[in-house]
Amino acid sequence: MTQTSDRIGEDEDAPGVVKKFMFVNRKAPYGTIYALEGLEVVLISAAFDQDVSLAFLDDGVYQLVKGQQTKGLEVKNFSPTYRALEGYDVEKLYVEREALEARGIREDQLLVPVQVVSAAEMAELMEQQDLIVGF
Amino acid sequence: MALEVGGITIETDEEGYLANLTDWNEEVAGEIAKAENVAMGPNHWEVVNFLREYYNEYQIAPAVRVLTKAIGKKLGADKGNSKYLYELFPYGPAKQACKIAGLPKPTGCV
Repeated sequence: MTQTSDRIGEDEDAPGVVKKFMFVNRKAPYGTIYALEGLEVVLISAAFDQDVSLAFLDDGVYQLVKGQQTKGLEVKNFSPTYRALEGYDVEKLYVEREALEARGIREDQLLVPVQVVSAAEMAELMEQQDLIVGF
Repeated sequence: MALEVGGITIETDEEGYLANLTDWNEEVAGEIAKAENVAMGPNHWEVVNFLREYYNEYQIAPAVRVLTKAIGKKLGADKGNSKYLYELFPYGPAKQACKIAGLPKPTGCV
Protein backbone atom coordinates (compact mmCIF):
# COMPACT_ATOMS: atom_id res chain seq x y z
CA MET A 1 0.00 0.00 0.00
CA THR A 2 1.39 3.38 -0.98
CA GLN A 3 0.15 6.82 0.01
CA THR A 4 0.61 10.31 -1.31
CA SER A 5 -0.65 13.00 0.97
CA ASP A 6 0.74 16.38 -0.03
CA ARG A 7 -2.42 18.24 1.03
CA ILE A 8 -3.74 16.11 3.87
CA GLY A 9 -2.02 18.04 6.65
CA GLU A 10 -3.63 21.40 5.88
CA ASP A 11 -6.75 21.17 8.03
CA GLU A 12 -5.97 18.23 10.23
CA ASP A 13 -7.59 19.77 13.30
CA ALA A 14 -10.84 20.85 11.67
CA PRO A 15 -13.60 18.39 12.64
CA GLY A 16 -16.02 17.07 10.06
CA VAL A 17 -13.92 18.07 7.07
CA VAL A 18 -14.73 15.87 4.09
CA LYS A 19 -11.66 14.82 2.17
CA LYS A 20 -11.44 13.40 -1.29
CA PHE A 21 -10.13 9.85 -1.10
CA MET A 22 -9.25 7.85 -4.16
CA PHE A 23 -8.44 4.16 -3.98
CA VAL A 24 -6.42 3.03 -6.98
CA ASN A 25 -6.71 -0.63 -7.94
CA ARG A 26 -4.03 -1.93 -10.28
CA LYS A 27 -3.89 -5.67 -9.64
CA ALA A 28 -5.87 -8.68 -10.82
CA PRO A 29 -8.48 -9.85 -8.28
CA TYR A 30 -6.82 -13.15 -7.33
CA GLY A 31 -3.23 -14.25 -6.89
CA THR A 32 -2.47 -11.49 -4.42
CA ILE A 33 -4.49 -10.13 -1.50
CA TYR A 34 -4.41 -6.51 -2.73
CA ALA A 35 -7.79 -6.38 -4.47
CA LEU A 36 -9.73 -7.92 -1.58
CA GLU A 37 -7.91 -5.88 1.06
CA GLY A 38 -8.44 -2.73 -1.00
CA LEU A 39 -12.16 -3.41 -1.23
CA GLU A 40 -12.40 -3.94 2.53
CA VAL A 41 -10.60 -0.66 3.19
CA VAL A 42 -13.08 1.07 0.88
CA LEU A 43 -16.04 -0.42 2.75
CA ILE A 44 -14.59 0.63 6.09
CA SER A 45 -13.71 4.14 4.94
CA ALA A 46 -17.24 4.57 3.61
CA ALA A 47 -18.42 4.57 7.24
CA PHE A 48 -16.52 7.82 7.85
CA ASP A 49 -18.55 9.91 5.39
CA GLN A 50 -15.64 10.89 3.18
CA ASP A 51 -15.77 11.62 -0.53
CA VAL A 52 -14.61 8.23 -1.78
CA SER A 53 -13.86 7.23 -5.34
CA LEU A 54 -12.27 4.15 -6.87
CA ALA A 55 -9.99 3.99 -9.87
CA PHE A 56 -9.26 0.85 -11.85
CA LEU A 57 -6.07 0.76 -13.92
CA ASP A 58 -3.84 -1.89 -15.45
CA ASP A 59 -4.88 -5.44 -14.41
CA GLY A 60 -7.14 -3.85 -11.79
CA VAL A 61 -9.87 -3.71 -14.43
CA TYR A 62 -10.18 -7.50 -14.16
CA GLN A 63 -11.61 -6.99 -10.67
CA LEU A 64 -14.84 -5.69 -12.22
CA VAL A 65 -15.35 -8.29 -14.93
CA LYS A 66 -18.60 -10.26 -14.73
CA GLY A 67 -18.74 -14.04 -14.44
CA GLN A 68 -15.67 -14.67 -12.25
CA GLN A 69 -15.18 -18.35 -11.44
CA THR A 70 -12.91 -19.07 -8.49
CA LYS A 71 -13.69 -22.72 -7.72
CA GLY A 72 -10.50 -23.92 -9.36
CA LEU A 73 -8.48 -21.43 -7.32
CA GLU A 74 -10.21 -22.48 -4.09
CA VAL A 75 -10.70 -18.88 -3.01
CA LYS A 76 -13.87 -16.93 -2.38
CA ASN A 77 -15.32 -15.06 -5.34
CA PHE A 78 -15.72 -11.62 -3.79
CA SER A 79 -16.73 -9.88 -7.01
CA PRO A 80 -20.44 -9.63 -5.97
CA THR A 81 -19.27 -7.28 -3.21
CA TYR A 82 -18.54 -4.55 -5.78
CA ARG A 83 -22.30 -4.43 -6.34
CA ALA A 84 -22.76 -3.58 -2.65
CA LEU A 85 -20.73 -0.38 -2.99
CA GLU A 86 -23.80 1.60 -4.08
CA GLY A 87 -25.47 0.80 -0.76
CA TYR A 88 -22.37 2.19 0.97
CA ASP A 89 -22.80 5.40 -1.07
CA VAL A 90 -19.62 4.70 -3.02
CA GLU A 91 -20.77 5.52 -6.50
CA LYS A 92 -17.72 7.03 -8.20
CA LEU A 93 -15.96 4.21 -9.99
CA TYR A 94 -13.55 5.29 -12.72
CA VAL A 95 -12.09 2.79 -15.16
CA GLU A 96 -9.26 3.67 -17.48
CA ARG A 97 -10.23 3.23 -21.13
CA GLU A 98 -6.72 2.28 -22.24
CA ALA A 99 -6.57 -0.52 -19.64
CA LEU A 100 -9.90 -1.96 -20.86
CA GLU A 101 -8.88 -1.75 -24.51
CA ALA A 102 -5.47 -3.32 -23.97
CA ARG A 103 -7.25 -6.34 -22.43
CA GLY A 104 -10.13 -6.55 -24.90
CA ILE A 105 -12.75 -5.85 -22.18
CA ARG A 106 -15.93 -3.95 -23.04
CA GLU A 107 -17.83 -1.75 -20.61
CA ASP A 108 -20.89 -4.03 -20.83
CA GLN A 109 -18.78 -6.88 -19.43
CA LEU A 110 -18.37 -5.07 -16.11
CA LEU A 111 -20.34 -5.93 -12.95
CA VAL A 112 -21.35 -2.42 -11.99
CA PRO A 113 -22.00 0.94 -13.66
CA VAL A 114 -18.70 2.82 -14.05
CA GLN A 115 -17.35 5.91 -15.75
CA VAL A 116 -14.81 5.01 -18.39
CA VAL A 117 -12.19 7.75 -18.61
CA SER A 118 -8.99 8.24 -20.58
CA ALA A 119 -5.59 8.07 -18.90
CA ALA A 120 -5.37 11.86 -19.21
CA GLU A 121 -8.77 12.34 -17.52
CA MET A 122 -7.74 9.89 -14.81
CA ALA A 123 -4.63 11.99 -14.16
CA GLU A 124 -6.85 15.05 -13.74
CA LEU A 125 -9.12 13.19 -11.30
CA MET A 126 -6.07 12.17 -9.29
CA GLU A 127 -4.92 15.76 -9.23
CA GLN A 128 -8.17 16.74 -7.46
CA GLN A 129 -7.76 14.25 -4.57
CA ASP A 130 -6.64 14.95 -1.02
CA LEU A 131 -5.46 11.39 -0.55
CA ILE A 132 -4.63 8.61 -2.97
CA VAL A 133 -4.24 5.06 -1.70
CA GLY A 134 -2.87 2.46 -4.07
CA PHE A 135 -3.49 -1.27 -3.98
CA MET B 1 -15.34 -22.09 21.22
CA ALA B 2 -18.09 -24.43 20.17
CA LEU B 3 -21.84 -24.78 20.21
CA GLU B 4 -23.90 -27.92 20.92
CA VAL B 5 -26.97 -28.29 18.75
CA GLY B 6 -28.92 -31.55 18.73
CA GLY B 7 -25.85 -33.51 19.82
CA ILE B 8 -23.68 -32.02 17.09
CA THR B 9 -20.73 -29.78 17.94
CA ILE B 10 -20.48 -26.66 15.85
CA GLU B 11 -17.30 -24.67 15.76
CA THR B 12 -17.33 -20.92 16.40
CA ASP B 13 -14.69 -18.23 16.78
CA GLU B 14 -13.85 -16.66 20.14
CA GLU B 15 -16.70 -14.15 19.77
CA GLY B 16 -19.29 -16.78 18.92
CA TYR B 17 -19.50 -16.30 15.16
CA LEU B 18 -19.80 -19.56 13.23
CA ALA B 19 -16.50 -20.85 11.86
CA ASN B 20 -18.24 -22.46 8.87
CA LEU B 21 -21.15 -20.58 7.40
CA THR B 22 -22.57 -23.81 6.02
CA ASP B 23 -23.18 -25.10 9.58
CA TRP B 24 -26.11 -22.69 9.92
CA ASN B 25 -29.71 -23.73 10.19
CA GLU B 26 -32.69 -22.36 12.13
CA GLU B 27 -31.97 -24.59 15.09
CA VAL B 28 -28.38 -23.31 15.24
CA ALA B 29 -29.69 -19.75 15.00
CA GLY B 30 -32.00 -20.47 17.93
CA GLU B 31 -29.08 -21.71 20.05
CA ILE B 32 -26.93 -18.66 19.26
CA ALA B 33 -29.89 -16.41 20.06
CA LYS B 34 -30.40 -18.16 23.39
CA ALA B 35 -26.75 -17.58 24.29
CA GLU B 36 -27.25 -13.91 23.38
CA ASN B 37 -30.46 -13.66 25.44
CA VAL B 38 -32.50 -12.79 22.39
CA ALA B 39 -36.00 -14.29 22.27
CA MET B 40 -36.53 -14.82 18.56
CA GLY B 41 -39.91 -13.61 17.28
CA PRO B 42 -41.15 -13.05 13.71
CA ASN B 43 -39.54 -9.59 13.60
CA HIS B 44 -36.16 -11.03 14.61
CA TRP B 45 -36.40 -13.71 11.94
CA GLU B 46 -37.30 -11.10 9.36
CA VAL B 47 -34.01 -9.28 10.03
CA VAL B 48 -31.97 -12.49 10.22
CA ASN B 49 -33.41 -13.72 6.92
CA PHE B 50 -32.83 -10.33 5.37
CA LEU B 51 -29.16 -10.52 6.40
CA ARG B 52 -28.77 -13.99 4.92
CA GLU B 53 -30.24 -12.79 1.63
CA TYR B 54 -27.93 -9.75 1.68
CA TYR B 55 -24.92 -12.00 2.27
CA ASN B 56 -25.95 -14.37 -0.50
CA GLU B 57 -26.19 -11.51 -2.93
CA TYR B 58 -23.12 -9.46 -1.96
CA GLN B 59 -20.85 -11.89 -0.06
CA ILE B 60 -20.45 -9.52 2.88
CA ALA B 61 -22.27 -8.74 6.08
CA PRO B 62 -23.41 -5.11 5.81
CA ALA B 63 -22.30 -2.31 8.11
CA VAL B 64 -25.08 -1.19 10.44
CA ARG B 65 -25.76 2.03 8.54
CA VAL B 66 -26.08 0.11 5.29
CA LEU B 67 -28.27 -2.55 6.91
CA THR B 68 -30.62 0.07 8.36
CA LYS B 69 -31.01 1.79 4.99
CA ALA B 70 -31.52 -1.48 3.11
CA ILE B 71 -34.13 -2.71 5.62
CA GLY B 72 -35.97 0.59 5.28
CA LYS B 73 -36.04 0.17 1.53
CA LYS B 74 -37.35 -3.36 1.67
CA LEU B 75 -39.52 -3.50 4.80
CA GLY B 76 -40.54 0.13 5.26
CA ALA B 77 -39.37 3.15 7.23
CA ASP B 78 -40.96 1.92 10.49
CA LYS B 79 -38.41 -0.93 10.44
CA GLY B 80 -35.51 0.82 8.76
CA ASN B 81 -34.40 2.79 11.80
CA SER B 82 -31.91 2.23 14.61
CA LYS B 83 -34.50 2.34 17.39
CA TYR B 84 -36.50 -0.55 15.96
CA LEU B 85 -33.40 -2.62 15.17
CA TYR B 86 -31.71 -2.00 18.53
CA GLU B 87 -34.91 -3.03 20.33
CA LEU B 88 -34.74 -6.35 18.52
CA PHE B 89 -30.98 -6.76 18.92
CA PRO B 90 -29.75 -4.72 21.89
CA TYR B 91 -26.06 -5.51 21.28
CA GLY B 92 -26.18 -4.03 17.80
CA PRO B 93 -28.35 -5.07 14.88
CA ALA B 94 -25.40 -5.74 12.62
CA LYS B 95 -23.13 -7.55 15.07
CA GLN B 96 -25.72 -9.54 17.00
CA ALA B 97 -28.11 -10.27 14.16
CA CYS B 98 -25.21 -11.32 11.93
CA LYS B 99 -24.03 -13.72 14.60
CA ILE B 100 -27.50 -15.28 14.83
CA ALA B 101 -27.71 -15.37 11.04
CA GLY B 102 -24.46 -17.35 10.97
CA LEU B 103 -22.58 -14.66 9.06
CA PRO B 104 -19.11 -13.27 9.72
CA LYS B 105 -18.73 -10.10 11.73
CA PRO B 106 -19.71 -7.17 9.52
CA THR B 107 -16.97 -5.52 7.49
CA GLY B 108 -16.35 -2.14 9.06
CA CYS B 109 -16.85 -3.28 12.65
CA VAL B 110 -13.46 -2.45 14.13
